[in-house]
Amino acid sequence: MISRNLILGGVLSGLFAVLAVLSFVWTPFDVETLSIPDRMLRPSGTHWLGTDQLGRDIFSMLMVGARTSLAVALASVVIGMGVGVPLGLTAAARRDGLLDDVIMRGNDLIFAFPSILIAILFTALVGPSVWNAILAIGIFNIPVFARLSRGAALSLWSREYIMAARVAGKGAARISAEHILPNIANLLIVQGTIQFSVGILVEAALSYVGLGAQPPLPSWGRMLADAQTLISLAPHMALFPGLAIVLSVLGLNLMGDGLRDVFDPKLKRGRAR
Amino acid sequence: MSLLSVQNLSVQIGSVQILRDVSLEMAPGQVLGLVGESGSGKSMTALAIMRLLAEGMQASGSIVLQGEVLDTLSERQMCMRRGRNVGMVFQEPMTALNPLHTIGDQVAETVRLHTKTGRRAALVRAREVLDRVGLEHIGLNRFPHELSGGQRQRVVIACAIALAPKLLIADEPTTALDVTTQGEILELLRRLVREDGMGLILITHDLAVVAEMADEIAVMQTGRVVERGSVDDVLLRPQHDYTRALLAASVHQPVRQVRLESETVLQVRDVRRSYPGARRLIGRAPPVQAVRGISFDLKRGENLGLVGESGSGKSTLARALLGLEPVQSGEIRLGEYLMDADASRALRRRIGVVFQDPFGSFDPRWTVERLVAEPFHLLDNPPPRRAAVEEVLVSVGMKASDADRHIHAFSGGQRQRIAIARALIIRPDIILLDEAVSALDVQVRAQILDLLAELSAKYEVSYLFISHDLSVVRAITDRVMVMQLGQIVESGETEQVFTAPQADYTRQLLAATPRLPEGVAN
Repeated sequence: MISRNLILGGVLSGLFAVLAVLSFVWTPFDVETLSIPDRMLRPSGTHWLGTDQLGRDIFSMLMVGARTSLAVALASVVIGMGVGVPLGLTAAARRDGLLDDVIMRGNDLIFAFPSILIAILFTALVGPSVWNAILAIGIFNIPVFARLSRGAALSLWSREYIMAARVAGKGAARISAEHILPNIANLLIVQGTIQFSVGILVEAALSYVGLGAQPPLPSWGRMLADAQTLISLAPHMALFPGLAIVLSVLGLNLMGDGLRDVFDPKLKRGRAR
Repeated sequence: MSLLSVQNLSVQIGSVQILRDVSLEMAPGQVLGLVGESGSGKSMTALAIMRLLAEGMQASGSIVLQGEVLDTLSERQMCMRRGRNVGMVFQEPMTALNPLHTIGDQVAETVRLHTKTGRRAALVRAREVLDRVGLEHIGLNRFPHELSGGQRQRVVIACAIALAPKLLIADEPTTALDVTTQGEILELLRRLVREDGMGLILITHDLAVVAEMADEIAVMQTGRVVERGSVDDVLLRPQHDYTRALLAASVHQPVRQVRLESETVLQVRDVRRSYPGARRLIGRAPPVQAVRGISFDLKRGENLGLVGESGSGKSTLARALLGLEPVQSGEIRLGEYLMDADASRALRRRIGVVFQDPFGSFDPRWTVERLVAEPFHLLDNPPPRRAAVEEVLVSVGMKASDADRHIHAFSGGQRQRIAIARALIIRPDIILLDEAVSALDVQVRAQILDLLAELSAKYEVSYLFISHDLSVVRAITDRVMVMQLGQIVESGETEQVFTAPQADYTRQLLAATPRLPEGVAN
């Protein structure tokens, strides 16, 4: 069952992914070459989306920026899943035990600090960089996945097929890997796409305040920040990075919604009414 | 004048016919038993009468209630009839009540929807109705989760009869309940029918329940009424082959070879298990004693029954026997070794298990081959997987090629066969059957019982048969133990316990069990 949402979301997200990959081999203009005479040009045949205050081509910058955004979001989802899911599964396997409490309260602690605060902390320690953003967003993702996988796993642990596996002498780790993980994978994939879009948004926010990718590496958030003071002179400088953020986040959310419908048809019928 | 007259009721989804030409006739004050196996269209008939069919289903035929034609009414008019003229009681009292509302509000809601009664007056009415269904001592401000299953079902009945409808439809009202609770609920329904002159359609798969309750019976098979008549006619002089098959299956006794062996495979001595009490603001409530000092022996090849109602501790005992949970004191010996929560694989391979729910017992993502072979984890040198799985599948009456399929391709009875195959594949000494046939239709149940008897003779495996269903236990076991509140109150040879029960509790259980009249299917 493939919904309109899934197709639209897939196409939008796919478009940005293609642009990002393409930027490795080709961009209309070099993003590191400044050309002051060509600054703040309106969109035209040569510069499709115009140029910025230093004469760089905005379309090319958006392409490279997509690379940064997607890489940061992907890496942070990988960190969140890689640490969060095992933590959640462990907590579920040791439900009501001390370990469960320790893990989940630890998650609450992390959850209490917004990613931007964590990023500021890292900046204070090691200086701003794109790695800051990845780590900060990744750490922020850990409790999200830990909670989700713990909740889903808990409901599975009382199933009879898990009991049957226990009677077959399988330990908690093995049951988690063989039975529980495959059965909650669809939930994790859906949450993964959602967190991916959150990652893009937070990366833009971090770059906007100067805690993310550093010049000369283009990033959507910093392009917005640069455009801010010039918005009455060259509105296109703010418009296009803004649109890129909106469309990519929208696309990923639609895709997450569509995937959820595919994996859980019951939910879809409930929502259609 | 007849109370309800259904003529040629047919329901279809797309091109699939679910009900074909169902015709029913009921007089006021009569109890009509609607029986059949799952998928026969019993519940669909009830929903069609209430006009509660899901979207996409088309119904045709006529439904006349008290001289009023229902099938031409608008949805709005139909809403006025539901609850006021026809009440309905569902199977699962857990989900039929809204957990966020008090029981008083839920009963009063029915009253207020249909009459111009203020909240206060409606609550007064709710109190009266709850008193009538035997909940005098339960306050209106209680929530569903504070009540037991039987009490909840009484609340559901109270909602249904709050406006004294002329027709009450009860869809498997006692299936989810224990046998003594079932007896009480049936008695309540009987009384309400008598006092109010209400018509009752009792939908059930249990012929014995119908035999005790109904005046008339309609037997359904694949969407048709195949036989209709008075209770005595249908049960004692069945005309249709299907009715005969159902009756034969309900009283079916598998042929078993009873062997006397002396080797004890399971020895349980004074086992106790308690759970810590609920967390309170400070400290905890006193611990719950689930199993309080149980001892018994199980011999090789013997079939031992363990009977008890929910909360009697039989599931706790089962988990301890399987080595899933520790016990506080006492010992469980398999042969000469002690079984506990960290027992070795060598010990665990001596006991297998079949669970109740044929739908929840299998990982939906695994193939049957992997599922059945899961206990191979307990063996040090497992035999070639494919061949072993095929062999055991064939021995439980499945096809070897079924190993490649996923579990959703199979019916409940087939799944239970696969579950037995999974327990059997490592040739354990003991198979623990935890309500293993409770969720099955009578004909499938009879087949599974036959299979178990055959396997027991072939592989010399002992069964510990845990169930709340006395007739099943009687059919398959040599010895039986009756468990109440964590203790065994009676044990002995099965026939002896059933014909001459010693303990009061056993007598209560037996008295509450609905029975088919003498002479059925002979």
